[in-house]
Amino acid sequence: MANTNIHITTTINEQPYEFLAPSYMSLLDALREIVGLTGTKEGCLDGNCGACTVNVDGRIVDSCLVLAAEIDGCKVETVEGMASSEGLHPLQKAFLEEAALQCGICTPGFLVAAKGLLDNEPNPSEHRIRHWLAGNLCRCTGYDKIVKAVQKVSSEG
Amino acid sequence: MVQTFKHQSEYKVIGSRPVRHDGFDKVTGRAIYGGDIKLPGLIWGALTRSPHAHAKIKSIDTRAAEKIEGVLAIITSKDMPETEDKMVDLGEGDENPRWTSNKLMAQQKVLYKGHPVAAVAAVNRYIAEHAATKIKVEYEVLEAHNDVDSALRKDAAIILESLEGDDLGEKIHNTNLAKHEKYEFGDVDKAFTNATYIEENTYTMQMVHQGYIEPHNATAFWDEEDRVKIWTSTQGAFTARTALSNLLQLDVSRIKVTPCEIGGGFGGKIPVYLEPIAALLSKKTGRPVKMMMERTAVFETTGPTPGGKVWVKIGADKEGKLIVAESKIWFEAGCNPGSMIEPAAQCIYAPYDIQNTRIDTYDVIVNKPKVAPYRAPGSPQVAYAMESAVNDLCEKAGWDPLEFRMSNASDKDTRRGDGVKFSVIGTKEVIKATKNSKHWNSDLGPAEKGKVRGRGISHGYWFNIGLKSSVNLNVNKDGTVTLIEGSTDIGGSRASISMQAAEVLGIPAEDVRPSVVDTDSVGYTDVTGGSRTTYATGFAAWEAANNLIVEMKKRVALYFDRNHKDINFESGVFSVEPDIENEKPERNITFKEIAEKIDDDDLGGPVNSVGSVDLESAGDGFGMHIADVEVDLATGKTDVIRYTAVQDVGKAIHPSYVEGQMQGGAAQGIGWALNEEYFMQDEGGMVNSSFLDYRMPTSLDLPKIETVLVEVPTPLHPYGVRGVGEVPICPPLAAVGNALKDALGIRFSDLPMNPAKIIKAIGN
Repeated sequence: MANTNIHITTTINEQPYEFLAPSYMSLLDALREIVGLTGTKEGCLDGNCGACTVNVDGRIVDSCLVLAAEIDGCKVETVEGMASSEGLHPLQKAFLEEAALQCGICTPGFLVAAKGLLDNEPNPSEHRIRHWLAGNLCRCTGYDKIVKAVQKVSSEG
Repeated sequence: MVQTFKHQSEYKVIGSRPVRHDGFDKVTGRAIYGGDIKLPGLIWGALTRSPHAHAKIKSIDTRAAEKIEGVLAIITSKDMPETEDKMVDLGEGDENPRWTSNKLMAQQKVLYKGHPVAAVAAVNRYIAEHAATKIKVEYEVLEAHNDVDSALRKDAAIILESLEGDDLGEKIHNTNLAKHEKYEFGDVDKAFTNATYIEENTYTMQMVHQGYIEPHNATAFWDEEDRVKIWTSTQGAFTARTALSNLLQLDVSRIKVTPCEIGGGFGGKIPVYLEPIAALLSKKTGRPVKMMMERTAVFETTGPTPGGKVWVKIGADKEGKLIVAESKIWFEAGCNPGSMIEPAAQCIYAPYDIQNTRIDTYDVIVNKPKVAPYRAPGSPQVAYAMESAVNDLCEKAGWDPLEFRMSNASDKDTRRGDGVKFSVIGTKEVIKATKNSKHWNSDLGPAEKGKVRGRGISHGYWFNIGLKSSVNLNVNKDGTVTLIEGSTDIGGSRASISMQAAEVLGIPAEDVRPSVVDTDSVGYTDVTGGSRTTYATGFAAWEAANNLIVEMKKRVALYFDRNHKDINFESGVFSVEPDIENEKPERNITFKEIAEKIDDDDLGGPVNSVGSVDLESAGDGFGMHIADVEVDLATGKTDVIRYTAVQDVGKAIHPSYVEGQMQGGAAQGIGWALNEEYFMQDEGGMVNSSFLDYRMPTSLDLPKIETVLVEVPTPLHPYGVRGVGEVPICPPLAAVGNALKDALGIRFSDLPMNPAKIIKAIGN
């Protein structure tokens, strides 16, 4: 296989990173295999489940559909960047209190996606939340408690 | 004699909603799932899979793949150890290792699309996957059978040549019928002649998948002493160890399975798929080997629950007594026998007290992946048939479907369709709670223009299993207790198990620190499945906690210089009455205080205890769901606009996670009712093997799911817990179907009830 390594300089969770990645490598694989951030999960590798959702320059993307080379010069946020030294992000706290996760594999993607919504729209309707999160599949919860957790944060916000 | 329990009405920890112990790791991305495992020297494996559903393998040419730089090993079925031809109990179903080995790596024939024919190990995942495509396999394509009718045709191609079928005890050969069983009680034929109202119909359904978001994965290392370490996402580390022992022909003690965090299973992560292949690639390379399954292969080669058909005929007398029921159940087993026909027979009539019953079940081999358990395996299909038939019978006779279900409800000592009699059950309480629910007493409301609305109800039943669990407890100096268990935590069971220990110990749930450990580090524990975990491992935790108190009393006695038999324990405090004769005063000490003293003083060394159970049942579970639907007459699209799940949960240990199980099961059932199916092409092979085309419900497809927890404690468990997880997938199929009948006046007897079928039916 032809292989060209690409030099990537980027910011991930407010930390500077510089690394080489093969030209064909996805952002998902670069995060998990090179950077060592395994909080972003692989679910389908074809952009249909949202388990690998990350935020690139303020946009929610499926990291399995983005090439690592594309994040050169970008700001990337993953689930690992949500909590701070002051503690959990309000969404993380609400997910725990509302029992919004069962197996937890989709949780990082939901958290990053929900944060992307609330960062721009602090008070979305239930329908808006359900519409926004429709790109993230959860097979355990029936979404009820996930939607409630997001609503809880938006009403407190 | 089975031990029975009387229950308290009030608890301190049981019934509260603490934050789950593994929650912080899971919301921060720290939790280590199977796919997150990294080891020094790790290499990757990948599989070459069959594009055909049924074909002879004429040749396999690995030369081109071997030449690719970075390829370290290639294996085929010749590298699989010869396995014994016998049935092995794997907790939720039996397997013959010879057929399982063939299922995991094809020998002479491929039996389903995606069937592995070779495996490659390479220095990274990309090279392994690329090399797997360069292995050349020559096939002679055979006729593929997609369904039971095709597979049971007289001239059908025989899928599993070595199969010896069992037709009511008679051995049969050259057949795709693995088993035909019959259950009969009373006089069915005579009862039908006495019936005033009779309803009869055939219901058909396709395979559906569990749809867990995390793909299967495995990492294996085979060391120089023939000891194998496995890291994987499994519902049962010990069950995986048993399966691997049979497949790899190694003693169980040579295999250590570490259960990683698991991203959903619903029964589908009980069987092993990649684990033995990764182990053999490791043996050949001397390196740890990791494999992740691609989503297409997850659909095409793992897990589905059977499709098939269910014929049901029921009869009632003129007073509305259900007097007779007869059914035939044909299930697709996939490429090996074992399609959950037994549980189907156990479940089909369970909500009803019927004196005359007959069931015939047929386990049929087809060219599809071998089925795996999926949440109450076999029950949703038969509930769909039975609950649709009951609805239509009531309509024919002009009876209220809820009152009919109440007057015919099963109760203690009612005989199930397979002959087993119930202990204390909550069927009637569930129907009563449904009748009293907000939803049932609400108006359906007006439909939007061009749409119609309807409401339906349905029962669901699962027997829940008990089986074996082990728990160890250790007291820490700070008064906390570590809880060591072998049950994979798939949805909050660390919390529900710890809470049962905490209740006994009189300490907060947070002071019990649970760890799910590998097969070398705790006693045998059966799968997280069968709705058994909170029940059985919780029972073991309760037992271990009681044993711990016995030990603690001995230490308290030493500390107080009193007889341990005189030490009392209540609400976390050890106490002793004054001994006037010997001038010894009354004494008290808390669990926390004595824990610290034991560590510092000479009080007999560290305190630990064991709980070990092997339970027959986990308390029968009944549920009833109410579905309101709105159908768009122009597009045929059905929206579920309101939904309520009512269930007898025995005793809810952590109500949030009980509700979560009910909501999640309902959501899966709604997907099954309306959208999900294995869409097969004529020559075999699933064509919708991606999340996009398989189309599971999204957050936008579902309404809020209301829950009503009914608590009829089972006397078989210290807290009255009943298994919860599986019941809620059983009612939605018929609840939605009955709602569609209410809305459109049309009975849909073929799943899924998707827009295409609805448009066609409206047109007619």
